[in-house]
This record gives sequence, C-alpha cells and structure tokens, in this order.
Amino acid sequence: MSQLFSKANRQVFAAPLGIDNPVLVQVLGICSALAVTAKLEPAIVMGLSVTVITAFANVIISLIRKTIPLRIRIIIQLVVVATLVTIVSMVLKAFAYDVSVQLSVYVGLIITNCILMGRLEAFAMQNGPWPSFLDGVGSGLGYAYILVIIGAAREFFGAGTLLDITIIPGYPTNGMMVTPAMAMILLGCVVWAHRAILKEDTKK
Amino acid sequence: MEHTLSLFVRSIFVDNMIFASFLGMCSYLAVSKNVKTSLGLGIAVTFVLLVTVPVDYLLQKYVLDESGIFGVDLTYLSFILFIAVIAGIVQLVEMIVERFSPSLYAALGIFLPLIAVNCAIMGASLFMQQRIQMDPATSSQAIGGIGDAFVYALSSGIGWILAIVGLAAIREKMAYTDVPRALQGLGITFITVGLMAIAFMCFSGLRI
Repeated sequence: MSQLFSKANRQVFAAPLGIDNPVLVQVLGICSALAVTAKLEPAIVMGLSVTVITAFANVIISLIRKTIPLRIRIIIQLVVVATLVTIVSMVLKAFAYDVSVQLSVYVGLIITNCILMGRLEAFAMQNGPWPSFLDGVGSGLGYAYILVIIGAAREFFGAGTLLDITIIPGYPTNGMMVTPAMAMILLGCVVWAHRAILKEDTKK
Repeated sequence: MEHTLSLFVRSIFVDNMIFASFLGMCSYLAVSKNVKTSLGLGIAVTFVLLVTVPVDYLLQKYVLDESGIFGVDLTYLSFILFIAVIAGIVQLVEMIVERFSPSLYAALGIFLPLIAVNCAIMGASLFMQQRIQMDPATSSQAIGGIGDAFVYALSSGIGWILAIVGLAAIREKMAYTDVPRALQGLGITFITVGLMAIAFMCFSGLRI
C-alpha cells in the first residue's frame, strides 16, 4: 500500500525535488521530529499520533472540500486539525499519561506541524476521501519512521537501552546524545545518508 | 524586577526557542539564506509573538481557567482557542501593517501569512500556559502576570532573531565552501544548527 501510495504521491506532485519523505526532502515538521526523539517510546507515540491525525484530517477536509469558501480555508483547516489534536491529546492523557507528560507541548504543536497543513492544502483540497486517506497515512508514516530512526539512535547511544530495555549492560550514560544539539547533527547525518543513497542532487 | 530581568535573559539565551525547544524550525531553515530577509522574518515573528502571547495569557487566565468567568475548567479547549486567536491576529496584523506602513508590509509581506502556522507562535503560547502554573518565587521560568507574558514574548522573539540572523550569516559564508555533494543544503545546515546549539549550551548555567 505504501508503495502504491508513494507512486501516486509523486505523480500528483511531479515535484522537481523528487518528493520522497516529508522530513528529509520537503523539510516539513522538523520541530517535533527533533524535540520528541530523545527516547524511542515518545518518538513512536508521536509518529503514530501524527499519522492518525494527518489521515483523518485529510479525510474530513476532502469530504467538505467543495463547501469550504476559498478565502477562509486556512482557518477551517486549522479548526479541523485542532479538534483532532485535542482528541488525540485527551486519549494520550487517559491511556499513556507518562508519554504525554514527556511529549508536553509538542502534542499541541502537531496543529502547526507543516506536514498537516501541507497535505491538506496540496492534496486533500483536490482529491477524494480514499486517496486523501492513503496520502495522509503515507505522509504520517514517512514522518514516523524518521522519528523512530533518530529516537532509536539517541536512546541507544545515549543510555544503551531501547524502549527502556537494557541492550548494553553497564553502558555509561552519554548526556551529549540527549541534548538538542545532537538531535540536529543526527538529523543532518540522516539527510546526508538519505541523499547519498538516493543519489539525489537537490540544491536547496 | 529581578524576576523579570532573569526571565528576559533566560528566554533569550538559555531557553532559546530554536536551540532549546526547536520551535519554528521550518521557516527557520527555509528563510535563513540571507541576512536581510531573515531579519525581516525575525521581526515579524517577534511582532506577532508580542500580540498573541499576552492575549492568550488573558484568555487562559480569565476564560479557560477554573477561576475565570465561566467557573469551569475549559483548558481542553485551549488548542482550538489559541490557534484561532493566532490565525485571527495574524490576519489583523497583516491588515493594520498594510494600512499604516506599506513599506514595512512590502518588507514582511510574504512572511506574515505564513506566521500563522509557525510553531514558534503556538509553542510560545503553550509554554506560557505551562509556566503560569509555576511559582515565580522559586522558578525563573514562571510567568506571574501580564507584564511577564510581554517580557517572555519579547525575549523569545529576540532569541529567535538572534538564532536566525546568526545562521543566515553563516550560510552566506558557507556558499563559498566545498561541502560534500550529498551533504549540501539541508544536511550541512542541520549540522551547523547543531554546532550553534552546542555553543549556546554554554549559557545553560546562566543565572541573574
């Protein structure tokens, strides 16, 4: 499904950049990608939340796209997204309180995650509900897997654990990996690897 | 007074929007290609922060809070209310600036509408909401009143300007360097920001 989706995505955009990943290529949603990845667990939860919200926001906007007045569409999109984010935030507080404390304001910041607004504007406003749903799930998962890579690397090298299970016994805590600075340097390296593997020549 | 000064300095250097909490990264990376436009965006962000944070502070204190006019805890509505306020105020600021200062409007024009979805604005309001609950006597991050909300907005904006202008200056110089091909553009920018964040870490013990 994700294969099918990414092909459709490229056809829709036919982008000069060769759109592949919302984080690495389109540079969207960086804020939360960096902030919640000090450990693996919040990264996974955040990735799933964004996937769910993107998918359903896409469906809702796609269903009402013909009735939205063009001039105030941004505000309508924001209200739909804000409602979904409020629901997700309450669900997290009810069922995964520890994680929701770790995520703190970044759950609320999903509202201003550019991936959402970008998908809504570029895809859901022009397409039917089912393709929009696929598009949302694909974009969300594209975002989620970057979060998981960075989260796993930071937790593994920072504390020698994964999901709080010790992988290397007696690993000294490496405070450097938990700092914001290393998140950015790691993401830079992931971008580097991604471009080197895909041999992309995008000058941005 | 001491608390206000401490909050001011802390928000610029220690709790810097970019280097400590990654707020507003999207436009930070996209617009930091030259110093002049990045300064324009920085000023626009500060401007909007200065209006939205105090307004959201009043809303939080007198409408959403349990002790507010409705007497019910409406905090769960804060996301919707804050984003509506931000989108509305950005629109309003755009119209006011266009009417009274066309030259400033021309300079900021492209960035103003984008600021509505800049996470720095929403993030500042959400952090403000958290910090209201802190005790000003013990924590230098606490926001005790409308004055503190103003100071927090202003200093966060200044910190953001500092970060974006610094990165823009580095990127202007970097245009002449020989960066490995796959690392060019986004990759090296991230690593630069990371190194800048390490430099800013030396402020982390700062106290006044």
